[in-house]
Amino acid sequence: MDTQIFGIAVMYLLVVLLAIPLGRYIGKVFDYESTWLDKFFDPLDRLIFQLSGIDPRPAMSWQQSLVALLVINGWWLVISMLVLTTMGWMPLNPDGNPSMPFDLAFNTTISFVTNTNLQHYSGESALSYLGQMILMLWQFISAGTGMAIAAVVFKAMKEGLNPSLGNFYSLLVRSCTRILLPLAIVTATILAFEGVPMTFEGKGTMTTVQGETVAVSRGPAAAFVAIKQLGTNGGGFFGVNSSHPLENPTYLTNIVEDVGLFLIPIAMVFALGFMLKRRKLALTIFGVMTLGFLMLVVPAVLSELGGNPALSKLGVTQSVGSMEGKEVRLGPAASAYWAINTTVTSNGSVNAMHDSMTPLTVLTTLLGMMINCFYGGVGVGFLNFYIFIILAVFISGLMVGRTPELLGRKIEANEMKIAMGIALLHPFLILAGTALSSYLYAENPAELAGWLNNPGYHGFSELLYEFTSASANNGSGLEGLGDNTPFWNYATGLVMLLARYLPIIGPVAIAGQLAAKKYIPESEGTLRVDTGTFGILIFAVILIIASLSFFPALTLGPLAEYFSLYRS
Amino acid sequence: MATENTSLFQRDLVLEAGKQAFIKLNPARMYRNPVMFTVEIGTFIMLGVCLWILAGEQSQGTFGYNVLVFAVLLLTLLFANFAEGIAEARGKAQADSLRKTREETPARRVAAGDTLLSNNPTQISSSQLRKGDRFLCEAGDLIATDGEIVEGLATIDESAITGESAPVIREADGDKSSVTGGTKVLSDRILVEVTTQPGESFLDKMIALVEGASRQKTPNEIALTILLAGFTLVFILVTVTLKPFADFANTPITIAAFISLFVCLIPTTIGGLLSAIGIAGMDRALRANVITKSGRAVETAGDIDVLLLDKTGTITVGNRKATNFYPAPGVLDGRFREVLLLSSWSDNTPEGKSIVELAREQSAADSSGQEAPREAPVGMTFIKFTAQTRSSGVDMPDGNNGTTRIRKGASDAMRDMVEKSGHVFPGEMMDRVNEISGNGGTPLVVAVNEEVVGVIELQDIIKPGIRERFDRLRKMGVKTVMVTGDNPLTAKYIAGKAGVDDYIAEAKPEDKLEYIRREQQSGKLVAMMGDGTNDAPALAQADVGVAMNSGTQAAKEAGNMVDLDNDPTKLIEIVEIGKQLLMTRGTLTTFSIANDVAKYFAIVPALFIVAIPSLQGLNIMRLHSPESAILSAVIFNAIIIPILIPLALKGVSYKPIGASALLRQNLLKYGLGGIALPFLGIKIIDLLVSMVL
Repeated sequence: MDTQIFGIAVMYLLVVLLAIPLGRYIGKVFDYESTWLDKFFDPLDRLIFQLSGIDPRPAMSWQQSLVALLVINGWWLVISMLVLTTMGWMPLNPDGNPSMPFDLAFNTTISFVTNTNLQHYSGESALSYLGQMILMLWQFISAGTGMAIAAVVFKAMKEGLNPSLGNFYSLLVRSCTRILLPLAIVTATILAFEGVPMTFEGKGTMTTVQGETVAVSRGPAAAFVAIKQLGTNGGGFFGVNSSHPLENPTYLTNIVEDVGLFLIPIAMVFALGFMLKRRKLALTIFGVMTLGFLMLVVPAVLSELGGNPALSKLGVTQSVGSMEGKEVRLGPAASAYWAINTTVTSNGSVNAMHDSMTPLTVLTTLLGMMINCFYGGVGVGFLNFYIFIILAVFISGLMVGRTPELLGRKIEANEMKIAMGIALLHPFLILAGTALSSYLYAENPAELAGWLNNPGYHGFSELLYEFTSASANNGSGLEGLGDNTPFWNYATGLVMLLARYLPIIGPVAIAGQLAAKKYIPESEGTLRVDTGTFGILIFAVILIIASLSFFPALTLGPLAEYFSLYRS
Repeated sequence: MATENTSLFQRDLVLEAGKQAFIKLNPARMYRNPVMFTVEIGTFIMLGVCLWILAGEQSQGTFGYNVLVFAVLLLTLLFANFAEGIAEARGKAQADSLRKTREETPARRVAAGDTLLSNNPTQISSSQLRKGDRFLCEAGDLIATDGEIVEGLATIDESAITGESAPVIREADGDKSSVTGGTKVLSDRILVEVTTQPGESFLDKMIALVEGASRQKTPNEIALTILLAGFTLVFILVTVTLKPFADFANTPITIAAFISLFVCLIPTTIGGLLSAIGIAGMDRALRANVITKSGRAVETAGDIDVLLLDKTGTITVGNRKATNFYPAPGVLDGRFREVLLLSSWSDNTPEGKSIVELAREQSAADSSGQEAPREAPVGMTFIKFTAQTRSSGVDMPDGNNGTTRIRKGASDAMRDMVEKSGHVFPGEMMDRVNEISGNGGTPLVVAVNEEVVGVIELQDIIKPGIRERFDRLRKMGVKTVMVTGDNPLTAKYIAGKAGVDDYIAEAKPEDKLEYIRREQQSGKLVAMMGDGTNDAPALAQADVGVAMNSGTQAAKEAGNMVDLDNDPTKLIEIVEIGKQLLMTRGTLTTFSIANDVAKYFAIVPALFIVAIPSLQGLNIMRLHSPESAILSAVIFNAIIIPILIPLALKGVSYKPIGASALLRQNLLKYGLGGIALPFLGIKIIDLLVSMVL
């Protein structure tokens, strides 16, 4: 087998093999079952709650959980703004980097608290180590927020009348300390041994082969990179993210980082199966997600391995595939594989230049973010998927002549209203944002010339990608876009904010309301949601809602580029 | 099939629906249906574009093309309105034929305090009768309006309503005291009290529902409308944002193309047929001779989890019959038969009659035995059955100035009586009682002067084919519960034999209510059928309560459906009608949304192909030109509505094959079919259109 393909097959297998026991462990953590790690973490959790003065015991309603989530996230936004706009004068700034202007701090703050990590800056020159560390804190707790709120939904889906939804604060702390922290320590240690810097010293110097001396940025990168990958954050320590030789130095670190990127999103699906004791349901969901993932990753990898036809026409042989914008140590297959991984999971870290990818890869990465639930971000990926389950249950219930019910609870007008609203939000934010920016650009081409490096279809893809990435809370960029301007900072900031919290509020409200409904035990007339047929229906609903609404936009971007490049 | 089709589109109904199609274009009516309302807005915009071109505008394509698009959109609206119109017209026609039976008939009203024997009634017209009025009916009279018999008894021909020619007996003070307007009195004389105001009978309510004046959307319909409105919003967004995208890419798009894209993408097929489906559901119920008080009830019927059925008449044929006599030790067969004959001499219940019948039969066969008496002994008094004693019998002089007391009754009641008087209930007879019960029979213990002389075995006859119907219900996920006054042993035996899932033995009306409440608390939906006043609370409590038309007014008020046929197995049909209603909506929604794939592949390349010729690769149907592609898509979109009207009216057929199998089947048929069919349809239309253009 082709070694490039073999490499990515190994990575996928490794992820699934690790995700099953991890899912079991996550299930135990959320169900408060004992694990051998308790003796380390029980005292740590107690300390956290003693310091914060919060009682982690009382069960909370879904409304209380949401209020807690929003209030605590609100405080993080304020703290982050303060740090980013003042860090120039604060300690831990050996390179003397300046504070951020307001608009960039606004964007960066929202970006990190919402688990997006869209970066309109380069870490080397725009952040002090204090800034990097506060962002790293958000990388932990924003991921923990997603997992904790998903745990609330899992609990709401349990059998019986009014199942307890647990205590949100406690779930949040457990997510951070018991799941993210140990995984991050292991990952960071491997990365540090492979050469990723872990230091508080400022720039080092290096003599190149030509004999010139250059200053090389470094810092506490290993810790940052580990949680960046594990928490589907994606914000790089350095500007070029995991294509930077100090952020992702070897093929081995690439495997570790790629596995880390995919691990928790998949493990969360298995955790659902363990917590609800519905292994088949988890497998159905996993099957649908995997089918979708394969539909995206196969064309992307093949397209990159096939090389660029424009170069072929010039007589350039591309034996390993399209190498533009890729790292030689990683190669096209591993880069395309990462590109799809990072877009389907709302991670957003990159190990190659997405702007240089072939049109099919751009198309599939965009689709990955537009659908945003083929595995999806930690916790929130399942919440997005949950909306599609609701819609699919509704349609299929009608098709078998029964008022639709999901796991024993009837889905009625109110749930449909919320589900449809949330399903609409993502296309709305992406299409409206892209429409606004393309309108502005088409009206003022001279003034806004700095926005786009590329004219035409690819330029349109860059606009579309930026809003898609923001709305998917992904954070990757097609780049080639001059995005550090007040327009892009505020517009994408706003999109990230709406796209983070509304799709959390919606599913939690649905699950909470359903949990309070009568529980109807299954009968022969009940439509089972853990069958292949139902899986296919969810898949069809996802494709039709999530991709059909983007079809015209994709036609003008990557599809037009594809047909121009390959078919003429 | 052919006859079905002709009845689906009768000439006068089509004409009426055609007229309605135009009347319903009124935007004030249209806005109730968000999907079709947006199509109407699009149609108006196209009308504006046509006028604009006449005024000299050059950039929007030819006048002919734009007029065509406008015409097809208008047609889409008319087709949708026609669908609703024909459903209404059919429902109305059905209701009218029922209403015809109760047009102006003369009525003989009597004064408030008058009795059955009143001889000075006032001759008035039925429309002048008000609630609370009383009127007299005699043999040969048509009953003027719905009411309840307050005095008397009559045989009545209800064939006008039920189609059943056998006359029925209706009498005051029972569970069969209701009479329906339009039915005919065949014998005797009754005094009827009017129970409804003119225009407020169940039938009138049903007609109003069908006509849409008071048709409320059902919860499920509301949820579906939200889904469809959501899809409409998505595609508004897609279409509106396409304008700046196209400007960015320097690809001008005509207004006709925008509107066509939008109309094709929004779920017009289901949007256009949605209300027709709902009306057709009620109409199907009416055709099954069930009057529903709301569309919601029909829909709920499809969701029923538990079905409460009375044993007698539903599961078993009519009444129990005596099948065996078991005399006590020391009592001769002949003597026992004589006692039985005496005990049942004046007992007119079906059981009593069957005892006499069997006793005579056995006497005739038994040559050695005594001749059965032919005349009633002198001085005999009949003791009626009461709920307290739970026995009946006769008292007669014994010739020694004493009285012989013959009693027959339920074993536990008789045992009480026997033991209270100091006698022993023979163990052998007790065994016999248990054996009979265990075999599903009903034992009747017979005693003379409080001494047991024997046991009668009564047996139920289970209706042929009932087991298969319960199997069918079980496959639908409906649990069947038999309600019976029998003792638990008998009930268990019959339940097992008939194949019901559960039973309520020795049931009192409160037990039914209690059972329904318990099931509802565990989240189930319960349906039941009843006729008596004491069923009313349970009928009201049940999610679907079907009252028999012959039942009391109280029962009819409490339930949410009235069965004109008084057929207890009707519930099964009602459940299927409800399921069909939901399924028709679901499958057409799926079909409608699945169509979008093909429509996208028709219209999107057509939008951009002039400016970006390489997008020809997306034109996988190889449609002739952008104009023909757009026209083909909107034409397909329009004509699919009338093509699906028969399906919407008749409903998707329901098969109890389990939910997952049903989903697979419908997904293949309407999902995959919904993706494939428009590719074919649009291509064919494009071939035709390109020949004309």
